[in-house]
Amino acid sequence: MAKLNINGKVTDVKVEDDTPLLWVIREQVGLTGTKYGCGIAQCGACTVHLNGEPVRSCAMTVGSIKASDRIVTIEGLSPTTTHPVQLAWAELDVPQCGYCQSGQIMAAAALLKKKPQPTDKDIDEAMSNICRCGTYQRIRAGIHLASKKLAAGSSIGRKSRA
Amino acid sequence: MTRSMSRARLSRRGFVVGSAAAGGGLALGFHVPFLSEAAAQKAADVASQGAEVNAWVFIKPNDDVIVRIARSEMGQGTWTGLAQLVAEELECDWGKVKAEYPTPGQNLLRKRVWGDMSTGGSRGIRTSHDYVRRGGAAARVMLMQAAAERWKVPVGDLVVAKGVVAHPPTKRSISYGKLAAAAAKLTPPDEKAIKLKDPKDWKIAGKGLKRLDTAEKLNGRQIYGSDLKLPGMLNAAIKANPVFGGKLKSFEEAKVKAMPGVKHVVKVGDNAVAVVADTWWHAKTALDKLPIEWDAGPYAGVTSAAIAAQLKEGLTSSTGVFTLQKVGDVPAAITGAAKKVEAEYSHPFLNHATMETMNCTAKWTADKCEVWVPTQNGDASLAATAAASGLKPEQCEVYKIHLGGGFGRRGFQDYTTQAVQIARQIPGVPIKLMWSREEDMLHCRFHPVTQARLTGALDANGDLTALQFRISGQSILASVRPEGLQKGMDPVVFQGLHEKADAPFGTFGYTIPNLLIDHAMRNTHVPPGFWRGVNHNQNAIYLECFMDELAHAAGKDPLEFRRKLMAKHPKHLAVLNAAAAKADYGKPLPAGVHRGICQHMGFGSYCAGVAEVSVTNGKVKVHRLVIAVDSGHVVNPDQVAAQIEGSVAYGLGAAFYQESTVKGGRMVEENFDTFESLRIDAMPKVESVLVPSGGFWGGIGEPTITVAAPAVLNAIFAATGKRVRNLPLKNTKLA
Repeated sequence: MAKLNINGKVTDVKVEDDTPLLWVIREQVGLTGTKYGCGIAQCGACTVHLNGEPVRSCAMTVGSIKASDRIVTIEGLSPTTTHPVQLAWAELDVPQCGYCQSGQIMAAAALLKKKPQPTDKDIDEAMSNICRCGTYQRIRAGIHLASKKLAAGSSIGRKSRA
Repeated sequence: MTRSMSRARLSRRGFVVGSAAAGGGLALGFHVPFLSEAAAQKAADVASQGAEVNAWVFIKPNDDVIVRIARSEMGQGTWTGLAQLVAEELECDWGKVKAEYPTPGQNLLRKRVWGDMSTGGSRGIRTSHDYVRRGGAAARVMLMQAAAERWKVPVGDLVVAKGVVAHPPTKRSISYGKLAAAAAKLTPPDEKAIKLKDPKDWKIAGKGLKRLDTAEKLNGRQIYGSDLKLPGMLNAAIKANPVFGGKLKSFEEAKVKAMPGVKHVVKVGDNAVAVVADTWWHAKTALDKLPIEWDAGPYAGVTSAAIAAQLKEGLTSSTGVFTLQKVGDVPAAITGAAKKVEAEYSHPFLNHATMETMNCTAKWTADKCEVWVPTQNGDASLAATAAASGLKPEQCEVYKIHLGGGFGRRGFQDYTTQAVQIARQIPGVPIKLMWSREEDMLHCRFHPVTQARLTGALDANGDLTALQFRISGQSILASVRPEGLQKGMDPVVFQGLHEKADAPFGTFGYTIPNLLIDHAMRNTHVPPGFWRGVNHNQNAIYLECFMDELAHAAGKDPLEFRRKLMAKHPKHLAVLNAAAAKADYGKPLPAGVHRGICQHMGFGSYCAGVAEVSVTNGKVKVHRLVIAVDSGHVVNPDQVAAQIEGSVAYGLGAAFYQESTVKGGRMVEENFDTFESLRIDAMPKVESVLVPSGGFWGGIGEPTITVAAPAVLNAIFAATGKRVRNLPLKNTKLA
């Protein structure tokens, strides 16, 4: 039994303590936007925010999560899909197959929170998520565009939870 | 069958699965897991309102136009591109266009009205552009006829734009939504007699419009196969014998039966075992604990080294050899050469490694079998379902779901077969089978393994007088589709090397007075398959890197050396020139940065690339990659650019890091820690140069992957003086 605060909502889940957070989010809580890609923290498809930090939920057991920890998944990033990263992604048509994009978007949102005007080097270091379709060029452009949106003080950006 | 009946059947599919958000207005696009059955039925009833004007076009009373897309969307953008082509001829409002998949079962029932559903070989648009445009045009003709009959005016007096038909003399107008029901009752026109628009008059096609499938991919709402949840569904994890050709001997069900959530442990086919549980995590956890005894089969001793030796023998052998091109007298020209250049190259097995692992959900009863599957070939999924279910194809149905990556992997239906084999043992219960990454890495139809030996003859002027090009290695067709062999020869092995301009497998771009291209077929026990770019990948590396070797041996500039051989191949040459011009070829680069150039033609499109690379302490940095392509027509330039960018990442990832190696008859690499992908830090700046010359329809999902690696490898030589002839690059020390 664990108490999880996911997207601002506290949920009780009945599951073995060594279950990876990813599978609790997907199979117990029913939020399937967070994806399984490798199970060994290599690809980042499972990236969520834990107290604002990007983490790979496939390699984190639910037993290690405290009731006071705040988890945000792609579904909770913005209730209206208007986080600056999402807006930039839409503007540049970043996704191809889209499977890795929840993780990419969560990683990008966390980066921008820490560094609102990231350099290309910052992006190289923070964005280690794999995209097999190879949308990297647009991901990079999308982060810079989102950064501009943030700088412009988009009211939409302030509304977002992350 | 009447149209209304077919519509009702189509709607049933929507009742069960749809990928778009609930209430999005799609005929089929809502998702039952979040709705009660009653709510879902109500949504289905609302969604099915409207009329099917023809197989391609369904119009709702609110003027929403739903375009049927027979090909699969795996990221390549065909969902949007095909809709643009239909909408262009339909003359509808693009802002009201949505798309949906017809089902393979419906396609069978309606005498294949949607044609080929197979989505591979970059054929999504290039082989269906004509009939989908005619479908859109025929619907337009019917809608206008319906307006003419309604107003009792000659159809010639009507005009149409953005889904509104107008009669200017009386200033009347009416939208498609109000005409669709009447139009659907009219006799369809002869589609072949319809004159299609000249592409220069396109308003929707040819434009870089936004994709139709982006919104749901930004907030987690896109439902992939692995996300599917059906009422009463159980989850399955599977292990097949990792040794190709091996079998399952036994397993100890009792050891895991009491583990949390476990419901069943079942044998699957003759080589696999699955655990079925309440959740996938429970299934996988129990499977990892399940004692399994394998029969390793006849290939348990095979290694990569043994396969390499087998291929090496083929480089000089005269047995099992098939000749593609033989011009002049190559041995004589080589003997008489002023300079002879020789080199051997090799290319490894590769897994596709789609981000979403293989998965399929199946529900079997004694008289019906349904599957929900991300597939590149809906027709093949239906055939696999019928075969595994023991039912007739008419008793089966396949619901297609957007793919979390394809790259050729999901044309093969082994995972669909497995899901049905499991579901058949648990009647009436939907079973979602999902592979772990490890299972996905071990079981694939791998990019075939080949080697090449090239010999070139240069005369005293440094001109190429002869080329001998021997490929040794696996044939995909011999394994997958032996009926496609031509007197034993696999024409697909020679992709990009064929002589005729209309060759389906890509045309050689050079004229060489003495030329011999042949293949020593050396098959292995590892199942080969089609991997984005297929044999073009290594053929372009072999040929274009060797051309670079020849140019350097001749003391000539690699671009000039090629140009001289390409005079009779103007389309190849024009694209090469376009890439060179955009890249400022010949102009100085910053200190330490070096260029490489190449060209290749495949999947109906002409491509060329120029790379700018530096190598510092053995570490390669690709600064810029200019890629030009002539695909004849361009349906969506922004998505063509996206495919070029993506193909670079896929191609360079393979060239830099990837190989699936064989030990003990099985693959060694099991996850992304040992099968590395290109990541953002290694992604070069890609500049796409679109030079469509019209008059033909080339593909775009694959062609440009062929020029990414050779351009970079040639630039690495320019930077270091070292030739990388054995892929992947990680095995060559550059420092």
